[in-house]
Amino acid sequence: MVDILEHPVSAHDLPEPPHEHHGPTGILKWITTTDHKVIGLSYTVTAVIMMVIGGAFAEIIRAQLASPNGTLVSLAQYNELFTMHGSVMIYLFAGPFAFGALANIIVPIQIGAPDMAYPRLNALSYWLYLTGAITMLSGFFTAGGAANFGWVAYAPLSNSLNTPGAGADLWIGGLLLTGFSAIFTGVNLVATIFYLRAPGMTMFRMPIFTWNMLVTAILILLAFPVLTAGLIMLYADRHFGTHIFSVAGGGVPVLWQHIFWFWGHPEVYILALPFFGMVTEILAVFSRKPVFGYKGMIFATLSIAALSLGVWAHHMFTTGVVLLPFFSIMSLLIAVPTGIKIFNWIGTMWRGEVWFSAAMLMAIGFVITFLIGGLTGIYLASPPLDFFTHDTYFVVAHFHSVVMALVLAGMAGLYYWGPKFTGYLLDERIGKIQFWFLFIGTQVFTLPLYLLGLRGMPRRMAIYPHDPQWKFLNDVSTLGAVLIGVSTILFVVNVVVSWKKHPAGDNPWDGQTLEWFTTSPPPHHNFYRLPVIRSERPTWDYNHPEHRAIPHAPAAAKAESEPVR
Amino acid sequence: MKVEAKILLSLGLFFGLMVAVYWNWGHENAGSVMMFAGMLLGFLPGAYYYWWSRRMKPRPEDDPNATQAQGAGVVGAFPGTSIWPFTLGMGSFFTVLALVFGIWLLVPGLALVIWALFGGVAESRRGGKV
Repeated sequence: MVDILEHPVSAHDLPEPPHEHHGPTGILKWITTTDHKVIGLSYTVTAVIMMVIGGAFAEIIRAQLASPNGTLVSLAQYNELFTMHGSVMIYLFAGPFAFGALANIIVPIQIGAPDMAYPRLNALSYWLYLTGAITMLSGFFTAGGAANFGWVAYAPLSNSLNTPGAGADLWIGGLLLTGFSAIFTGVNLVATIFYLRAPGMTMFRMPIFTWNMLVTAILILLAFPVLTAGLIMLYADRHFGTHIFSVAGGGVPVLWQHIFWFWGHPEVYILALPFFGMVTEILAVFSRKPVFGYKGMIFATLSIAALSLGVWAHHMFTTGVVLLPFFSIMSLLIAVPTGIKIFNWIGTMWRGEVWFSAAMLMAIGFVITFLIGGLTGIYLASPPLDFFTHDTYFVVAHFHSVVMALVLAGMAGLYYWGPKFTGYLLDERIGKIQFWFLFIGTQVFTLPLYLLGLRGMPRRMAIYPHDPQWKFLNDVSTLGAVLIGVSTILFVVNVVVSWKKHPAGDNPWDGQTLEWFTTSPPPHHNFYRLPVIRSERPTWDYNHPEHRAIPHAPAAAKAESEPVR
Repeated sequence: MKVEAKILLSLGLFFGLMVAVYWNWGHENAGSVMMFAGMLLGFLPGAYYYWWSRRMKPRPEDDPNATQAQGAGVVGAFPGTSIWPFTLGMGSFFTVLALVFGIWLLVPGLALVIWALFGGVAESRRGGKV
């Protein structure tokens, strides 16, 4: 079956045609679809399930640490839990949720495209992601248990002598599959954004979310092949008798760290940039203003991405074999474009008509939490400070502030765009209660960990000496984790309670970008018609001709009304 | 097309500068090789895009004053529904499991992969107008 995809014509030219798509239904639809919206929805559901699984691991970890000599799990089980918690959250939730789920659904609609550039490759990405997730998690059902060498799999701990068993191999296999899935999605996003934009949608009119996804996709193409190559080397070391990472055979263990972090640090931004984009859109829409400093935002994104590729060894300061000043300077420099972003986010809200919806609250919660995580990152970029805090809970606290900020942003994205791809609004009241649990829970969970780190508690320990200070701080942190768990339950409750209850309409938030011009959910090829695109917010221009402030507007459009800024 | 080309070329330029500084300062092989490869990933497609952008008329999506009518017409012929991505995915799944549970899993794995490749190509040929 072949669909001929055509660009829709102008909004003024055509009445809405009855354009029904006939295809398979039920499970056959799920298996054979190449529609980016259905694939994106599959990604969304799978990724949220992964978040719940990874979150359950986290709750067990925090319950174990609530008392100094916790006996909830054995030491070996604890190693598996923290390894799989990190792996599930990073590899199977945060990344795929951003570039597989929301970007897959939203990017083609934001640029006025009928689908992704390679629909079948897109479907393949999903199947590789799903099977990769199953492969990695199936380690729990093998005799030796799941992988237990930490989510970073440092050599020589990850060799076949120190970590024998199928769990580790399943971890490698799962990552190979999800790695290829990410690379294919990256190719697809770049091709879609370069080739399928609607007429008038120049590069510097694309919504910030789409821009961030383009940069993310390029980062994926630079970083993920390195990880995949590293994993093949690791597998060869484990099974084929090579000595790439073992000193005994003349190899270099620290080479693994170079390869891993050359992927691993850009990966931080592969995770973060999509969420930066979501928050930018949400802050603008709910402040009733255009994005403040649109081009500055784009150049900040590009600089963050470029710099992120030159900072990998700041994870390796304590190895003693890396160029400290180079990596320290590069890492500190990232603070500059990130600062521009935070300035622009505040500028977007400044003197706007702020509407404190659940999505907006989550977005503001993101900015605050990310600021905490970002500032503590600056400490860690300084080698003298890093030497003291490396491998302590300070590092754990830093990156949990960052990733919990991303969870807040992801939730904001679901409340904001969920109505677009399901057609129904989530309950705002439950959403706001969920926000307070998630936001307060995040701070109660992470802030004690900073103190724990400064007081010397190492990470990845199942038990710790009975020190009243450590005990108290761990208890507070566990309380925070429980609050976060409650917020996740509230989200599931919200989905159940508001299931097909409050129809969203096409444009419930008075949105600015093209996805709010089409129906909710969008038709098979996304658009029946398109507005004239003359700025980075075409839907807003169409709905609010009185507020049009368009630099490239034709004379007629300007004559219609006086531009209001 | 020019903006797209410039993004990739500036990526290549950034990596070129970085690898020069890093190699001369640190003499570290792994990072230098990876950054050199990153430079190529910027320059190769970037140069191709730039070469094209100078030889083609601006597309409607590059024209700030384009109307929707300018973009009207066929974008391409895409497969509507297809079983082959699923087949290829399952084939890859079995192939990877062969790394862990035994070489025999390569038989169903590679069979599915090859079947899917032929099936997918045949599907594209039937589509014709891609």
